[in-house]
Amino acid sequence: MLTIAFYILATLTIASALMVLFSKSPIYSVLWLVVCFFSITGHYILLDADFLAIVNLIVYAGAIMVLFLYVIMLMNLNKESEPQKPMWLKFASVITGCLLMVVLAGALKGYSELPPAIITEEFGTAKGVGKVLFTEFLMPFEVASILFITAMVGAVILGKKHVND
Amino acid sequence: MEKFAWLIPALPLIGFLFSIFFGKKVSKNVVATVASLFVLIPFIITVIIFIPFISVAEAEAIRIPLLEWINIGKLTVNYSFQLDQLSLMMMLVITGVGFLIHVYSAGYMHGDEGFHRFFAYLNLFIFFMLILVMGSNFLMLFIGWEGVGLCSYLLIGFWYKNMDYNKAANKAFIMNRIGDLGLLLGIFLIYLRFSSFEYSRIAYEAIDIAIGDPIITSITILLFIGAIGKSAQLPLFTWLPDAMAGPTPVSALIHAATMVTAGVYLIIRTNILFTLAPFTQEIVMFVGLATALFAATIGLKQNDIKKVLAYSTVSQLGYMFFALGLGAYTAAYFHLFTHAFFKALLFLGSGSVIHAMSGEQDLRKMGGLKKALPITHFTFLIGTIAIAGLPPLAGFFSKDQILASAFAHHPVLWIMGVLGALMTAFYMFRLYYLTFHGSFRGTHEQEHHLHESPKSMTIPLIILAVMSVIAGFVNVPEVLGGGHWLDNFFAPLLAGTTLILEENVHEHLSHTIEYILMGSSVLAVLAVIFYAKIRYQNNGHVPADDAEPMSFLERLLSKKYYVDEIYDAIISTPIVKGAALVYKYIEVNIIDRIVNGVGQVVVLSSQTARFLQTGNVGFYIFAMVIGALVILAANSFLH
Amino acid sequence: MENITQITGALTINHYLFLSSILFSIGVMGVLLRRNFIIIFMCIELMLNAVNILLAAFSRYSGNQSGQVFVFFIMVVAAAEVAVGLAILVMIFRNIRTTDINALKNLKW
Repeated sequence: MLTIAFYILATLTIASALMVLFSKSPIYSVLWLVVCFFSITGHYILLDADFLAIVNLIVYAGAIMVLFLYVIMLMNLNKESEPQKPMWLKFASVITGCLLMVVLAGALKGYSELPPAIITEEFGTAKGVGKVLFTEFLMPFEVASILFITAMVGAVILGKKHVND
Repeated sequence: MEKFAWLIPALPLIGFLFSIFFGKKVSKNVVATVASLFVLIPFIITVIIFIPFISVAEAEAIRIPLLEWINIGKLTVNYSFQLDQLSLMMMLVITGVGFLIHVYSAGYMHGDEGFHRFFAYLNLFIFFMLILVMGSNFLMLFIGWEGVGLCSYLLIGFWYKNMDYNKAANKAFIMNRIGDLGLLLGIFLIYLRFSSFEYSRIAYEAIDIAIGDPIITSITILLFIGAIGKSAQLPLFTWLPDAMAGPTPVSALIHAATMVTAGVYLIIRTNILFTLAPFTQEIVMFVGLATALFAATIGLKQNDIKKVLAYSTVSQLGYMFFALGLGAYTAAYFHLFTHAFFKALLFLGSGSVIHAMSGEQDLRKMGGLKKALPITHFTFLIGTIAIAGLPPLAGFFSKDQILASAFAHHPVLWIMGVLGALMTAFYMFRLYYLTFHGSFRGTHEQEHHLHESPKSMTIPLIILAVMSVIAGFVNVPEVLGGGHWLDNFFAPLLAGTTLILEENVHEHLSHTIEYILMGSSVLAVLAVIFYAKIRYQNNGHVPADDAEPMSFLERLLSKKYYVDEIYDAIISTPIVKGAALVYKYIEVNIIDRIVNGVGQVVVLSSQTARFLQTGNVGFYIFAMVIGALVILAANSFLH
Repeated sequence: MENITQITGALTINHYLFLSSILFSIGVMGVLLRRNFIIIFMCIELMLNAVNILLAAFSRYSGNQSGQVFVFFIMVVAAAEVAVGLAILVMIFRNIRTTDINALKNLKW
């Protein structure tokens, strides 16, 4: 039964990803990406990563995509036709992508037929993740806050409009 | 007192450092005083060491180890001194005559701007020469050998602003080097054979070797080649006359009294090896005799004071080697000893003359200087008589001992030796008469400036003149009632040789024959001097100008048998031309091309690689992906 | 959620491996195909998410919670990166007035 859920979600993910690629309008691409993120959230839930699923939703679908939307709106990219790349280049890109997929899959295939490990009840919950986060990974956690400060400051400075003297 | 032996070479070295670094900052007097003092003190120390040495009969050599030097595997070489009869007497000559020349230079080089440099180099030379004679092994000898070659170069080219002098200095150094190769190979062979560089070890082992051993013969030939270069024998002698480009004190010190005698020292040092190689001894004898006669013939026709003396030096060195070849080591050393005094005297005297003549060196422009330069004249006369070999001056005893040995070997050799002596007497007295007698032939200005030299120059002349008179008495032969002190003194040095030959080194002639030999040679010399007097003083004959036509023989002699030109044509020019060819074909075409090619390759490749920078972000991303792909593929499919 | 935890079925890690590879390749293709830099940026996000899924899968299949913490940090970094990246893109847009990346050709030889 889980397998069916997996396949449905997987199809959704891949389909929405392809639509991101092939949409004409940037707004459509953003929306399809949001759908993709939702399906990924579903995958997380399947993997017992509850906390991660929610965080994914909030951060990615909620914050990042909204940011993208704002930027697209700022640039007024509603119905723009961007110049297309030459045909041969498109072919080359597709082939490269597929090649990459084959290589990756081939490299990682047959990794193991291990069954999933036995896990505790706390696995993947906020409590469980929090326990690990605040003990083993305390330092990166603190440093992450510095990272955010930097990003914020950087974004503000970069976004300022310079008054030309 | 042996504790202070290290001071003997150390003080001149300190003097060199002082003069080089501080010489410009202090006054000339200070420089001269320090330099001379630092040669005088070693002389005193040597004397102090020497005196107890004489009193002990058959004294043992004093070995003074100093520092460890090389210690690799089985090879151990140390800095150490060996003070024995030979080295002590050489040290006396080096420091004694050296000191007198330092004092002389204070006066002679007075107006020169390189004053401090001159004394620095002189001190350095004394240092190296002392190392040469004081060392107890061949490596120290070699250090000294090369060092004196270096100082010779520095001093010959002292007035470096003149290109010709530089060339002369180069010539001296390069010819020395040719000989040095022989010396070096000889030293290598010595190590191969004896596994040691120490003289004592070699003397110890050599006694058991058979006479005529091929390795020993090769060693001695190679060592002799080194001596040929350093002591200006045929064929490597042409540098010595050219070396007269240096200041006169340099000629006196280096090219008369000390450096050129290093070859003689070397052979006396290794006398035991030479006794084991009669073949080499024959070669040495013939080369020495040939040099003596060859140079003497050239000297007959030279018109530059210093050149005459230079060829005379070559000739006298030839006599020393002649004696060495005959096995008369003591006689050779005796001649070295006396020669140091009267040759230094003659050179310094000529320096005094040149100084008075405001730099003029051509005999044909001098004359009648007897009145203007009394002291110089008198001491020069003594030197001339000494070199001519008239008793009781020093030259007579030493030359006579050589000639006696020659006669004992073969009478014809004696005749040739006497021939050389006659030529020596002739050209020396020609020099004397042309310089000091007759009427003055120079310019008016020169006549105006004629003056006797200052005391700093004349006092050494006087001292050397005294030595030229009495130095012969160290080895008066039995036949004249003397105790031949030097022969006895050197006996322990030649112990090995004596043992091998199983007979006395000094070959015995009957007293009658000796009297006849002595008498006839003296009479012949007097006759020659008389002839010279008539020709140059009474008849006032002056050699003709270069422009006037000369007979073939005259031209041959005055152009020094064209030896320089021959060497140039056969050796120098082909080498230079060959080098030019190598430059043209190999250096420019091949090596330059390769080197430049490397640069070209870099430029070309960067010009091609430039096209990767399309500025197109899409292309860059594409390249990144391809790269990541390749790495992944290689990684996973190769393991 | 509990009953899901126990039942896993025939799902192995390979499924997630393939899913992740396909998603990643799609992201790469998107980067190569499109000329609008906003879309390119979004495809980069897609790639990041593909990796996230894989990490979470490995975390689950080996029972080690550190994998999830890693995903957490990747999201952190992605967020910061998007913020700054978009700021830069806005600035670029202000200067070149178009969203075509081929317009940025000043570094051409």
